[in-house]
Amino acid sequence: MSQVNRLSGGQVNRNTELNFRFDGRSFKGFEGDTLASALLANGERLMGRSFKYHRPRGVLTAGSEEPNALVELRQGNRQEPNTRATVAELFEGLEAKAQNAWPSLRFDAMAVNDRFSNFLTAGFYYKTFMWPKPFWEKVYEPIIRKAAGLGSISFEEDPDLYDKGFLHCDLLIIGAGPTGLAAALTAGRAGARVILADEDFRMGGRLNAETLALGDVSGADWATETLAELASLDNVRLMTRTTIIGAFDHGTYGAVERVQDHLPQAVAEKPRQILWRIYSRRAMLCAGAMERPIAFADNDRPGVMLASAVRSYVNRWAAAPAQQVAIFTNNDDGHRTAADLIAKGVNVPAVIDVRADAPAVAGTELLAGAEVIGTQGRLGLTSITVRLANGQTRKIMCGALAVSGGWNPNVHLTCHQRGRPQWDAELAAFVPGPDLPIGMTVAGAANGQLSTAQALSGGATAAVVALNDLGVAASPIAVPQAEDAPIALKPFWHVRGGKSRAWVDLQNDVTVKDVKLAHQENFVSVEHLKRYTTLGMATDQGKTSNMLGLAVMAELTGKSIPETGTTIFRPPYTPVPMSTMAGRATGKHFHPTRKTPSHVWAEEQGAVFTEVGDWLRAQWFPRKGETHWRQSVDREVLQTRKSVGVCDVTTLGKIDVQGRDAASFLNKIYANGFAKLPVGKVRYGLMLREDGIAYDDGTAARLAEDHFVVTTTTANAVLAYRNMEFARQCLWPDLDVQLISTTEAWAQYAVAGPNARKLLEKIVDADVDISNEGFPFMACGEITICGGCRARLFRISFSGELAYEIAVPTRYGDALVRALMAAGEEFDVTPYGTEALGVMRIEKGHAAGNELNGTTTAQNLGLGRMVSKKKDCIGNTLSEREGMNDETGLRLVGFKPVTDTDPVLAGAHLMNASGAVNARTDQGYVTSACYSPILGSAIGIGFLKDGANRMGERLRAVSPLEGSEIQVEVVSAHFVDPEGERLRA
Amino acid sequence: MMIDHPLLGLRDAQEFTYLGDASLIDRPDWQAKDAQDQFHDYLYLRDNPAGEHRELWFHETGDRSWLVVTRNTLTHEISKVELARDVARARGRST
Repeated sequence: MSQVNRLSGGQVNRNTELNFRFDGRSFKGFEGDTLASALLANGERLMGRSFKYHRPRGVLTAGSEEPNALVELRQGNRQEPNTRATVAELFEGLEAKAQNAWPSLRFDAMAVNDRFSNFLTAGFYYKTFMWPKPFWEKVYEPIIRKAAGLGSISFEEDPDLYDKGFLHCDLLIIGAGPTGLAAALTAGRAGARVILADEDFRMGGRLNAETLALGDVSGADWATETLAELASLDNVRLMTRTTIIGAFDHGTYGAVERVQDHLPQAVAEKPRQILWRIYSRRAMLCAGAMERPIAFADNDRPGVMLASAVRSYVNRWAAAPAQQVAIFTNNDDGHRTAADLIAKGVNVPAVIDVRADAPAVAGTELLAGAEVIGTQGRLGLTSITVRLANGQTRKIMCGALAVSGGWNPNVHLTCHQRGRPQWDAELAAFVPGPDLPIGMTVAGAANGQLSTAQALSGGATAAVVALNDLGVAASPIAVPQAEDAPIALKPFWHVRGGKSRAWVDLQNDVTVKDVKLAHQENFVSVEHLKRYTTLGMATDQGKTSNMLGLAVMAELTGKSIPETGTTIFRPPYTPVPMSTMAGRATGKHFHPTRKTPSHVWAEEQGAVFTEVGDWLRAQWFPRKGETHWRQSVDREVLQTRKSVGVCDVTTLGKIDVQGRDAASFLNKIYANGFAKLPVGKVRYGLMLREDGIAYDDGTAARLAEDHFVVTTTTANAVLAYRNMEFARQCLWPDLDVQLISTTEAWAQYAVAGPNARKLLEKIVDADVDISNEGFPFMACGEITICGGCRARLFRISFSGELAYEIAVPTRYGDALVRALMAAGEEFDVTPYGTEALGVMRIEKGHAAGNELNGTTTAQNLGLGRMVSKKKDCIGNTLSEREGMNDETGLRLVGFKPVTDTDPVLAGAHLMNASGAVNARTDQGYVTSACYSPILGSAIGIGFLKDGANRMGERLRAVSPLEGSEIQVEVVSAHFVDPEGERLRA
Repeated sequence: MMIDHPLLGLRDAQEFTYLGDASLIDRPDWQAKDAQDQFHDYLYLRDNPAGEHRELWFHETGDRSWLVVTRNTLTHEISKVELARDVARARGRST
C-alpha cells in the first residue's frame, strides 16, 4: 500500500524515509519530496476543498503558483494556514491538514454550496445581501465569514524567531534555472558580487524536471556541476529557499529566506525566516515561465494537472499522479509529457491534441483535432470524455489528465513599478514590456525565450551586458548543446459546448460562465472583471488563471487579447507571513523603550510606570497601605505643595542653540520676543505653526550671550528640532547658529515646594547663591553641586510652587535623584509621578498637549498678547487672520462642579444652563480634568466661547459618550495661587 | 528608495523624513503689503506634478541635513540632490 505510485529514479533520497500525517492518516515519503509529491506517490490525489463551492480538488502545479492544494501545516502555536503542498518540503513527523473542509476532506458538509451554484454566481453577495440593511453586520456577514475563507489561524503567539537582514550586490539574479545558472556563472567568473536566489530548495529550475540533455550530461547533472563551481566562488552568494517578493525603487529587492521551515522544529536562537532587503546595482529576472491550463467541463477534478507539473513529479520526484495518465494539449511541449511518462513505464492511453495537424507521438494513440469535453470521478478523476475530430465522443479511462495550454513568461516582478507586459502573438502570451524597474533586465523564458538553448545563451549574454554597464569586463560562458525546439502552438483557451461548468480560476471558483455573466452585466474592463468575479485574487494572484479569464473576455467582447488589456502584478510574489514582516519588532520590541535616568531608582521605590511615546515614566509611587492610585497621587500633590517633591522631567526635549545669532534665531522661532532676554534668565516661549496655530511651548534659558537651552514638550521634541533645523537651513541659511538635540545628554529633575530651596541648598556647592535675591524666579545658571559636579539650574515652575529644575550629565542622573531624596529626608520629601504633575499643572491652568491640540491659537490659550507684531517669526502673519481673532472666540478657562462630588470629564462639551444640547448650541469643551486635593473637588480646564467674560456663569458639561451631564461654574483657570506669590517666594 | 546625499553618498530613504514641495523655501516677506495673501499661497497652494518634482527631505537619522531632491513622481527616479541650504542661498535667502 505504501507509495504505490512511486517510480524509479528521480532526485529523492530513498535512504531517508520520512513519516508524515495528512488529514489524520499516516504516510511515508522520502527526503527531497514535497508534501504534494509524497501524497501523489502514495496515491492521494485529493488535497483540498475549493473556496466557494467546496469542490474536491487536487494538485494542479508543482510550484508556488499552486491554486488548489492549500493545507494547514503543523499544530498548536506553529499552525500555519494556506501553505501550498507543492512547496512544503517534507520532514520527519510533518503534520498537515486539509482546510476549508468540515467535518472531513472526503465528506464536506459545505459541498452543498455546489448544488446551489446557480445562485452563487459572480456578484451573488452584492446582489443578495443588500437588505434589510442592519442584517449585513449582524446576520449575513458572520455567516459568510464562517463559511468562506481558506485556512484558520491558531490565535496563539508564534514561538519562533524571525529576522531582517540587508545585502548588497552588483548583480542579483532571480531564479536559478538554466538562464539564471548561465548568468551567475558568467558573472561569477568575471568577479562581480553576485546573489543567486531561488525559491526552491534545489536549484536548477526546469533542468531538474526535464529529461533533456545539456551537452553529454543530463540537465540536472549540469545544474549540479554549475552550482558546485558557483559555491566555490567567494564573490557568489547562493540563496536557496529564497523568494524575491518584490522589486522596489532604485534596485532594492525584498526577499524571504525560509531558513528553517523544512526542519521538524526550528532551532531556537536561529531565525525561522529572514526578510532580506537586497540593494542591487543591476538585477536579472530569470524566473522562467508558467504553464497555463485549458478550461473545459469539470476540469477541476483531482487528477487534472498541468502537463509540466506531471513531468516534474515523474522526473524529479519519481511520483506518478496515477497509473494511467492522458494528455490534453494545444502544443508540442505537451507531447514531451507523454514521452517522459512512457519512458518511466506509466500507461498513457491517448494524447488529445486540439491541432488537426499535430505530430504523432511514439507509444500512444494521438487524437488530433480532438477536445476533452467532460470528466468523471467523485473524489478523483476516473475517466474523461473526448469529442473526436469527426464529432463522435469517446470515453477514456485515466486517473490523471496532463493539460498544456502553452506557457506564460513569468513577468510578475517586471510589473512592480507599474510596467505593463506586452503581447507576443507568436507565443500567444504576454512578455515583459519596455518599462522595467530601473536596473532590471529579463532573460530566458521569462523574456519569451522558451527553449533551453535560448535560456542558456540569453542568460549568459544578458549578464555580460549588465556587467559591462557597470564597467566590469565579462565574457559569456561556453554554453552546452541543448534543446532548441521552435514554438509550435495553436492558441486555445476553453472548450466550447461542455455540459458542466468549466473552471477558469480554481482558487476563487470562477467559471467561464461567471466571466460571461460579468460581460453580460457590462463589467468588461479587466479590472472590473477581476473585482466582480474575484478572478485572480487570493494567495496565487491568478498566476494560472488571469490569462484564461482575459482570453474568454476578449472572445466575448470580440476584441483581441491585447486590446482587452492585462492586469499587472503587485508585491509580494508569494504570500509572506505576518511574523516575517514583523521580524523582531513584536511585543515589547515593537517600538524602542526609552528609560529615564531615575528608572532603576523608581523601580526600587515600587513606582507604577506609564508609556509616554517611547518613554517609560513613573506615573505615581504607591506607599504601603495605599490601595487606590488616587490615594498616592493626592498624597504626592499635597506633600509637594506642603513641603517638597521631586519629579524626573528628563523626557522634555532639550535643544542646545549656540552661535552669534542664537538670539535672533530664537526670535524667529518663538511667537514672543527673545532678542532682549538677559544672560542668566529663562523665558516662557510659544511656538506657532506657519498657519498661526500654537503647536508647542516650553522655555528658553540664556546661559551666555551666544548660548541658549530650549526645552520642548516630550511629545514634540523631535518635531520641534526638525522645524528648527528647517528654519536654520532653509529659511535663514546665513544666521550664525548651530543646533543639537541634547534630550538624552542631560538628566533633569523638578524640585518643587516651599522647602525646595532648603533642600537644594544642601546639594549645591558652597559658592552657589540660590537665595531669592541671588537666584530669583526665572533665573538660570551653570553651577556645581555635590562637590564639583557640573549642573544647570533653572528657577522655573510647572507646579506653581517655589520650584527649580536641576540638570546634570545623564550619567549622574541616578546619583542625583538619590542625593536629592537623601537631602530631602528631613523635609519628608516625596517623589511624584506624571499624575501628580498633571494635577498640579491643571490646578495652575497651564496648557499641555490636551490644550495644544492642533486647533488652538494663542488667542484661544489667552496668550494672544504674547504674539509679537513687531518682528518676523514663524506663524505671526497668518495668526492675524480674521477668523482666528474673534473677540468672542474660545478662551481657556477653568470649571468647578456646582455639586462638589460631581466628577468633571475631559472631553465633555459645554452647553448653556438650559436649552437644546447639540452641535449648534455647543459653547466649548473641557480639555483636562482631575481631582484637586487642594480644593477638595474635581476641576477642569477647557475652551469656552467668550470665556474671559463669562466668569461665574453656570453651564452644563455634557458627555454623551459617558452618559453624563453635570452643572459647572466658570472660574479662572488658575485655581491655585492666581497671583503667583508662591513661585516667587 | 535611495537618495544620493551630496555629502554622504547613497543612503536609504528610510533614514529621511519627507516634508514636501521645495517651494517652502520661498517664505514670503512678512512686511509686504499683501503679506497675508502671499503667506496663504505659500502655505496652502502646491503644484502636484506628474513628473519631475523638487521636494524637501530631512536626513533625520543621519547628519540632519535638509536636502532638495528632484524626483520623478511617476517613476521615483531621482535626478538631482542638493543641500537645501545651498538652494536657499541661491534663491536669495540669507538672514
